[in-house]
Amino acid sequence: MHMLLKITNLHAAIGDKEILKGINLKVQAGEVHAIMGPNGTGKSTLASVIAGREVFTVTRGEILYKGKDLFKLSVEERAREGIFLGFQYPVEIPGVSITNFMRTAVNEVRKYKGLDPLPAGGFLRLMDERKKLVEIASNLTNRSVNEGFSGGEKKRNEIFQMAMLDPTLAILDETDSGLDIDALRVVANGVNKLRTSANAFVVITHYQRLLDYIVPDHVHVLYEGRIVRSGGKELALELEEKGYDWLKPKA
Amino acid sequence: METATLDRIDRDRMLELYRQHRELLSAHDPPRVKAVRDEAFHAFQRLGFPDRKLEEWRNTDLTGSFGRSYDYPLLPMQGMDIQKVFRCQIPHMDTAILGQLNGWFVSRDVPLMELGNGMIFGSLSEAVKKYPALVERHLGRIAQTEKDGFAALNGAFATDGTFICIPDGVRSDKAVQLVNVIQHPANVFIQSRNLIILGKGARLTLVHCDDSYDHQPSFSNIVNEIALEEGAFLDHYKLQNLNNNSTLVSSTWFQLEQKARLDSHFLTLNGGLLRNNTYVTFCGADGQANVYGLYLMDRRQHIDHYLFVDHAAQGCTSRELFKGILDENATGVFNGHVLVRRQASGTNAYQNNRNLLLTDTARVHSKPFLEIYNDDVKCSHGSTTGQLDPDAMFYLRQRGISEDNARMLLMFAFADEIVNRITIDPLRYRIEDMVKKRLQGELQICEQCVLHCSTPEHPVEFDIDASKI
Repeated sequence: MHMLLKITNLHAAIGDKEILKGINLKVQAGEVHAIMGPNGTGKSTLASVIAGREVFTVTRGEILYKGKDLFKLSVEERAREGIFLGFQYPVEIPGVSITNFMRTAVNEVRKYKGLDPLPAGGFLRLMDERKKLVEIASNLTNRSVNEGFSGGEKKRNEIFQMAMLDPTLAILDETDSGLDIDALRVVANGVNKLRTSANAFVVITHYQRLLDYIVPDHVHVLYEGRIVRSGGKELALELEEKGYDWLKPKA
Repeated sequence: METATLDRIDRDRMLELYRQHRELLSAHDPPRVKAVRDEAFHAFQRLGFPDRKLEEWRNTDLTGSFGRSYDYPLLPMQGMDIQKVFRCQIPHMDTAILGQLNGWFVSRDVPLMELGNGMIFGSLSEAVKKYPALVERHLGRIAQTEKDGFAALNGAFATDGTFICIPDGVRSDKAVQLVNVIQHPANVFIQSRNLIILGKGARLTLVHCDDSYDHQPSFSNIVNEIALEEGAFLDHYKLQNLNNNSTLVSSTWFQLEQKARLDSHFLTLNGGLLRNNTYVTFCGADGQANVYGLYLMDRRQHIDHYLFVDHAAQGCTSRELFKGILDENATGVFNGHVLVRRQASGTNAYQNNRNLLLTDTARVHSKPFLEIYNDDVKCSHGSTTGQLDPDAMFYLRQRGISEDNARMLLMFAFADEIVNRITIDPLRYRIEDMVKKRLQGELQICEQCVLHCSTPEHPVEFDIDASKI
């Protein structure tokens, strides 16, 4: 199988505070990984570091993406190379319509790949098709990006953007939090429909319930900046039953 | 052609110039207009030019502009290629174009026209002769020369400008585009006065442009007096696209009678030192004034918006939203003063100023101010100045959008809150296009025309389709 992501001994800090303390993780094409763990253990930091958020400083370790040093790529280059981050808190951008946002994004990615920009008609067809695929209300895309959206609408919009950009490695940062069961299904269906043998998903979640809909190949537990346990999908069930306390290192 | 020369601008030189040419300036004044002129002269004698010791001028320094030599045209100037003015027409926009060269009305065929519906437009100096009673009723009575040195100076000197009168009940189907062009082989000091009267229930869309055709320094001191009688509606656009050596003090008085409505948009794309004084007075009940502003400044450009909204009648609504993007060493000032008088119950007043500073050296002084003497009012004000939202930048870039385009998208979205209020579609498209070019640093004073009207449209290399934003 094709190795997409290889994280070795990753340490990252915000200011003087070290958050990631030696992460090791391998993600291969075709896999779905779930990263679980209590709040404040570094799950979102890991996602942000992979996406290239500048507030975090990598102090040690490396990340190889498709065999290349990820840290040499800018935020937008990582995105154009197929890394997608589904935000835990999607940003509201008044005055920018989703249509125009996605058109700009899709065409910049195409340009990077040496493709011509999609003509308006082709772009609108792609949008319609992707909206249907991920079951997003048609009128959502006429609005400004996330402006005045409900929590559920924001997360659906993340899934829609993911479908538009068709990433190689999608990291969904607690995309399920705060969702009712219908929205949760939309998110899960989106992932399931987009899964192929060539791409991979890293699903960061707090709860086991999302994993009823998205069946992971691997489950990892992140605790205090380290992956303390990895296993198959049954690990998620075990966590649901026992909580996290049994995994904490004994004092 | 009579042109005086000033080695610099100051109070004494202006007083001297006036004394020398008093006869010429007031040659065609009817008695009441002459009285207004004299009054203005005395006011200027008393006030002189404002300086930074005055609170309202604290952050705008005119020393550099005053220190240059200027030609002062005392009679209309020749040499205007009239076609250039008409080339500035916005494509697909059905407008009547009125041109001014260096403050003087440029007649296309006749200097003053009266249409079948009673609408009059043309040269103010001609209107003074032909319709003295109508002009006298308003000229110098809307602007308040006794408090403002620039307005007083203009009142003493100005002899021409544009006159527009829309009679009671007439709705002008065509927008009127008033293009004020500055073009002179040497530095030039310009003072013109425009008088616009909307009768009861009258309706007008006015697009008022200040443009330079070259890079020659200029100093303009313009006064606009605009009367909106009962139930009149004015959709007003002030487009400013002057060269970097220009100084403009533009003072506009809007007087609103009962149920009159004003929508005003100040769109500033370029200029050296710009000061816009905007005065809105509600004289009758239930009036409404929406005053919007957008300014995009860079280099060492300076923009100063002074607004005074006087709620002197009950049940009126005023809303001001001014947004600015300042780059490099540009500086901006927003001074918004809303006065709610004792009798003005049921007032709604809102004012907001928002600025984006793109560099550490760009600066803005923002001071929204409410002065309220009535309890039965709804008023709010706000001011924010900041940089592009880093979270939004990251979000856009995470989707593959380059840093430059992400900035552009956010800046355009910021500006669009004002641009999308432009109700004339062709004008809005044109302004969107100009804002895009401006944000990309492409918009420059072109040889023929700042609006790029006479040259074929250059395709804009811009991945963002702003019309869909």
